[in-house]
Amino acid sequence: MLEEFWFALVGVLWVGFFVLEGFDFGVAALLPVVGRNDETDRRAVLGTIGPVWDANEVWLLTAGGAMFAAFPEWYASLFSGMYLALFLVLFSLIIRGVSLEYRGKATTAAGRAWCDRGIVIGGALPALLFGVAFANMVRGLKMTPDHTVTTGFLGLLNPFGLLGGVTTLLLCTLHGAVFLTLKTSGEVRDRARRVTRSLAPPTVAAFAVLAIWTVVLRGGIAVAAVSAVGLVALVFAVLSWFAERDGWAFTGTAGAIALLVTSWFVALYPYVLPALGTPENSLTVSDAASGHYTLTVMTCVAVLFTPVVLGYQAWSYWVFRRRLVGSDEAG
Amino acid sequence: MSHDTIARWQFAITTVYHFLFVPLTIGLSLLVAGMQTAWNRTGSVEWLRLTRFWGKLMLINFAMGVVTGIVQEFQFGMNWSDYSRFVGDVFGAPLAMEALIAFFLESTFLGLWIFGWDRLPKRVHLATIWLASLGTVISAYFILAANSWMQHPVGYRINPRTGHAQLTSIWKVLTNPTQMVTFPHVLMASLLTGGAVVVGLSCWHLRRGHQVELHRRAVHLGLVVCAVASVGVMLSGHFQGQVMTRQQPMKMASAEALWDTEDGAGLSLFAYGDVSHGDNKIDIKIPHLMAFMATNSFSGKVQGVNDLQAAEVARYGPGDYTPVMGVTFWNFRIMMGLGAVYFGLSLLGLARMRGGHLPGGRFLLLAFMWAAALPYAANTAGWIFTEMGRQPWVVFGLLRTSSAVSPGVSTAAVIATLAGFTVIYGALATVALRLFLRHGRHEIPALSPNVTISGEPRVGVALPSLAY
Ligand code: HDD
Ligand code: HEM
Ligand code: HEM
Repeated sequence: MLEEFWFALVGVLWVGFFVLEGFDFGVAALLPVVGRNDETDRRAVLGTIGPVWDANEVWLLTAGGAMFAAFPEWYASLFSGMYLALFLVLFSLIIRGVSLEYRGKATTAAGRAWCDRGIVIGGALPALLFGVAFANMVRGLKMTPDHTVTTGFLGLLNPFGLLGGVTTLLLCTLHGAVFLTLKTSGEVRDRARRVTRSLAPPTVAAFAVLAIWTVVLRGGIAVAAVSAVGLVALVFAVLSWFAERDGWAFTGTAGAIALLVTSWFVALYPYVLPALGTPENSLTVSDAASGHYTLTVMTCVAVLFTPVVLGYQAWSYWVFRRRLVGSDEAG
Repeated sequence: MSHDTIARWQFAITTVYHFLFVPLTIGLSLLVAGMQTAWNRTGSVEWLRLTRFWGKLMLINFAMGVVTGIVQEFQFGMNWSDYSRFVGDVFGAPLAMEALIAFFLESTFLGLWIFGWDRLPKRVHLATIWLASLGTVISAYFILAANSWMQHPVGYRINPRTGHAQLTSIWKVLTNPTQMVTFPHVLMASLLTGGAVVVGLSCWHLRRGHQVELHRRAVHLGLVVCAVASVGVMLSGHFQGQVMTRQQPMKMASAEALWDTEDGAGLSLFAYGDVSHGDNKIDIKIPHLMAFMATNSFSGKVQGVNDLQAAEVARYGPGDYTPVMGVTFWNFRIMMGLGAVYFGLSLLGLARMRGGHLPGGRFLLLAFMWAAALPYAANTAGWIFTEMGRQPWVVFGLLRTSSAVSPGVSTAAVIATLAGFTVIYGALATVALRLFLRHGRHEIPALSPNVTISGEPRVGVALPSLAY
């Protein structure tokens, strides 16, 4: 029971990560498009995520920490199994963090240009790689009986994995564009709206194909239902775009991302890591879980602190609720 | 080189690198919070200028601490998967708590601090920097509790079915006797680092006669912090030595290159000869000091390496239980020596500053400038001593380092990532240091008119004040 609760909680943490970092990734990837060549516009674009991206990244660290504490076998097998992919993720997150933080402190135009490149790579690459990684986790990896992963890096680049990556890349970029629409006004917002329009059709298509393929691969009514609601959320976001209801559009893309990630965890259960080809080697939720005592302790900590964290995070979004403007209005 | 040697190099490089930035973040964020409090209390705009100047430098450093920290969080799973399987039930808990309780706190409130100058009331804004700073201290507590468990496992049992460690008391893990001495030591070392950097850079400005009044104020604050913190590291270090003599006698004996058990052992200041083979040709000692440090009694008995090796073979089976003697011996000395040197320097500087003077003449100012490097050397030496002194164990007495690596990861993959991290860390070190120095050399600006400091929210501002 406690084990299932923690499996769900890890899922919730990853949902939080994808929803919040999703728009950070998207905004970063769109910097040259929505920010054009104008410095004031770029600052407005980056200003939308500036106060929050670091705290959003902590969702990743908490998800990782929770997996380590509650499911050590999962943490150990997955992260050593996807060794090189994870290295690339870490590499691009390092570049992103430094570029975001140092851009405003760079003293030359060349320095800023390097930071801009780092921001784009650091936004787009993780958005792609996380999708590849999660799709492969759902599909399963080749494993020995003691859960040592034998699928290599190239093995991750199968069609299903790649589709997963393309879908998360599109979805995060769309989510970022909608976030920019919500957080800016004037010319910058208009550009973000145009980007949203051109990204929406391929995103809906990729989402639908991935959902169907996941159901075919792992089956289950529940997966199909969650994915279907996700698709509805995405369509809802598009409709809100026509109505220029920025808040609703953002709710729609956030919901679509949340439901996609949820569908992966629903598809996984009762496994945390299915073994490809040798189902008997699969790692199950109960095999991977820590002892009852640890899970109880962690539950107390989570129940005590999660509301506090959510409270002050919400407050910080409230403090920075105002729309930012670009060159056309800031003068 | 074998797989586990390369994985160890990777862990050592990335962690020591992470820890170059960590102490400055902890120390400097407390100092900046102090400066901002002084501004709030006294209304003196000079404190506000110092807050903003040092705040910016703190942020340049913080960014590096964050990006290198992410690597740490995943490294256990990537390179040390058998370690993670063995300890996860115990060790994962403090790590997860660190993320949930500390990292959210520091990152959220630091964001509010950076961008909140013109959006938050003055007192609320002051609270944000204190909360961010508190976050760094809490983070240190949890991660050091995890590390202390590796030094001295408590509150666990070995699960007979899996053979893995299993938590039986989180309270014992969080109040581990090792932790009770390690945490104050690292906190004091961090304050010393923060203080020494403030003193060093300000003395660079003083030597050039820049904004003397302003920088003198910073030097004074820095020196007071350094004086207190250097006493703090020495005291806490002394207790640490005693705890370690009980928990890991081998580590302390090797730190002293003490080959044979002695009553009233002296503290070796310098040894020459083949120290690592028990052949100290020259050995300059302060009589009885080692015995005092280890046991609080000048005639106490301190066990030697040879006896301990025999005892551990009897206990754990055949093997070499002696750490690399040259490494432990010298790193221990570097750390202690530098602490003592900085203690002397800070007292000297404070004495010279009485009556409104500068902390020293041209030469002494130069000395303070370069002395900013001392805590860095001491921190690195301290960790290398602590971690390598524990070898061959990764979890003392329970798991050997050689059994901890990831079985499924190829040596080639570890070499590739080691090269990748080394290259990017090298490049980033240059960037960060240049940025730090470039901003550090700037004149401290008078307050620019477009920054409101009243705490009244301003409408229509596109650009936050400290960044972007
Ligand atoms: C949470 C656990 C933990 C923490 C907080 C630290 N370490 Fe550690 N350290 C390890 C867990 C560990 C380890 C996993 O146990 C290693 C890897 C291989 C080994 O022998 O121990 C290790 C090795 C290791 C080595 C290499 C030792 C060798 O190869 O013989 C060095 C130099 C350090 N560490 C330094 C540090 C520094 C500078 C830290 C400060 C941030 C630090 N450690 C914190
Ligand atoms: C090897 C174990 C360690 C791991 C897994 C680890 C993990 C991390 C992670 C993931 C971050 C980034 C947090 C963020 O994004 O805000 C971080 C930063 C930080 N860590 Fe570590 N860390 C380790 C060692 C240490 C130690 C020993 C200390 C303190 C004594 C420490 C103190 C800090 C602090 C203060 C920060 C804030 C950012 C900065 O340093 O600038 N860490 N760490
Ligand atoms: C006379 C002064 C000092 C004494 C007696 C002393 C003693 C010790 C001892 C015995 C340890 C090992 C503890 C273990 O194995 O767990 C240690 C570790 C350490 N020391 Fe010191 N130390 C002194 C000064 C300093 C200074 C000046 C710094 C840095 C500014 C410093 C930073 C560290 C660090 C970072 C560690 C590793 C973390 C830890 O285990 O606490 N020490 N020290």
